Amino acid sequence: MTESIETKSLTLSYGDTNIIENLDLAIPMNEITVLIGANGCGKSTLLRSIARLLKPKNGAVLLDGLDIFSLSTKQVAKKLSILPQSPVAPEGLTVLQLVKQGRYPHQSWRKQWTQQDEEIVLNALKATGVEHLQDKPVDELSGGQRQRAWIAMTLAQDTDIILLDEPTTYLDLTHQIEVLDLLYVLNQQQNRTIIMVLHDINLACRYADHIITVRDRAVFKQGKPEEIMTTSLVKHVFDLECQMTEDPIFGTPLCIPFGKGRKIY
Amino acid sequence: MKHLKTIRLLQNKISFLLDVKASKKITVINLIAVIIFFFSASLGDSFINPVKVFQAFIGQGSEFDQLIIVDFRLPRIFIAAFAGMALAVAGAILQGIIKNPLASPDIIGISAGGGAAVVGFLALFSDANHSLTVSIEWLPLAGFIGATFVGIIVYLFAWKDGVTPNRLVLIGIGVSAFMQAITTMLMIIGPIYQASEANKWITGSVKSADWEQVQIIVPLIGGLLLITFFITRQLNVQELGDDTAASLGQAVQKTRLLLILLSASLVASAISFAGAIGFVGLMAPHIARRIVGPSFGVLLPTSAAIGALLVMVADIIGRTAFSPLEVPAGVFTAAIGAPYFIYLLFRNPRK
Repeated sequence: MTESIETKSLTLSYGDTNIIENLDLAIPMNEITVLIGANGCGKSTLLRSIARLLKPKNGAVLLDGLDIFSLSTKQVAKKLSILPQSPVAPEGLTVLQLVKQGRYPHQSWRKQWTQQDEEIVLNALKATGVEHLQDKPVDELSGGQRQRAWIAMTLAQDTDIILLDEPTTYLDLTHQIEVLDLLYVLNQQQNRTIIMVLHDINLACRYADHIITVRDRAVFKQGKPEEIMTTSLVKHVFDLECQMTEDPIFGTPLCIPFGKGRKIY
Repeated sequence: MKHLKTIRLLQNKISFLLDVKASKKITVINLIAVIIFFFSASLGDSFINPVKVFQAFIGQGSEFDQLIIVDFRLPRIFIAAFAGMALAVAGAILQGIIKNPLASPDIIGISAGGGAAVVGFLALFSDANHSLTVSIEWLPLAGFIGATFVGIIVYLFAWKDGVTPNRLVLIGIGVSAFMQAITTMLMIIGPIYQASEANKWITGSVKSADWEQVQIIVPLIGGLLLITFFITRQLNVQELGDDTAASLGQAVQKTRLLLILLSASLVASAISFAGAIGFVGLMAPHIARRIVGPSFGVLLPTSAAIGALLVMVADIIGRTAFSPLEVPAGVFTAAIGAPYFIYLLFRNPRK
């Protein structure tokens, strides 16, 4: 069981440009955390560094108190998986063949399909509702199905923590909800810690237990959506004038952006 | 799941999922390859029927048949088959690393490096009378060193906090063009004899094969192919992209270096004796992918069998179609390969 993920005076950079500076952050376990912020604010970069895909310039990401770069990539892969933004499967690769890859960190060349592998892969296929598609090539699926197949792969990796970089990009609204519902259920039923980047503030408020807003190379504010999401926060983080109200069905914060457009009242 | 069979042996110490459908296909392709192998030994200036070929093969034929089959034909067929396998598997590995079905050993400069080294060898060791000062038997070694050396150069040039597939291709194309320039220049300023000898090698021919070469190439390529059997999992993961591969716990750059080394040594071993037979590394894995899909566990053996088939057939055509003239096998792989490449480009507008 993984106990904690934190960053300690973390500075991330591409070349000479700092993206994140001197960040101390603790991610709550067993909850859904959503990172939001304007384009290019560094939220995806932060997510990648938490997944050990990016080496910090300074400071460290700590997994259970240990610097993630002091662990081997395989050790990390048993605790934490990340689904990159719009991943592409090789042409003709079937759903089962893809999902099976999730077992990679647990396998050796002698043991490529143990009883446990089989059970976990089947469960992952079932949980994501792509069981009936397992022999279909991933590139022939619809956007939503494809994303669910990829999520099945990260589930097969069997980690407590799952990171996702904009898992709803390029999906229509129906499939966005489908994917987010799936992640919500995984969190509720299997207690998985989910950390993801989302663009849609309102969906973030609905699905997140914890929101982290990123601005100016730092975390601007974090907490429960209903406690932190205010007009002034949106103004600061997104440079957007809006009115915050309550979602009439869910009661979660709802952001109505100002701007031009037709007015009926 | 019905075409898949779970295999667990020795109290679960060994376990894997066998693709039964693909395995059947691989068996059939291998049978065809074996048939072509014997058929190829029958054909030539004189036709010897396959039964006699088989007898000669197990050492029971007439002395004359023995001579033609065992001493003249078999070595070149062996070289053709093994070079084909090596080029095909090397191509499949590169396509996996670069994640593009149009990648091949020809494109990233490995073959061109071998070519330049061979021409350089011929230029360096020729005396004023245009005869070689050292034995021509050293020529394969020159090809091997050239191909491996250029493979390493391309890798090093492409390095910038790791090697990305795109940089590998771009640097490869650049280095390849440079190597071809050297080759052309040496051929133009060198003697005619040298140009024709070099040209044969650059096109790719198994004409000068003998048992001595077979004794080197079979264990060398056989060994390398055996290693690839153990790295299919790494290839499968590598093909999912760097971030996904890293997320799955693969040491992406280390694995990539190993795969490139493996691919380069396969190509170097093949072309050192058979010459830079083109397009096999592109076509064979692609045809194989069509037949068994992209999973490397089945893709590599299928590619190998198809590569062997392609080069054996190209060699059969090369030595029979224009008899008594011999045309290098590489001419025919290119003759099929070039249109195939264009066809692929048309089929893959998004690549």
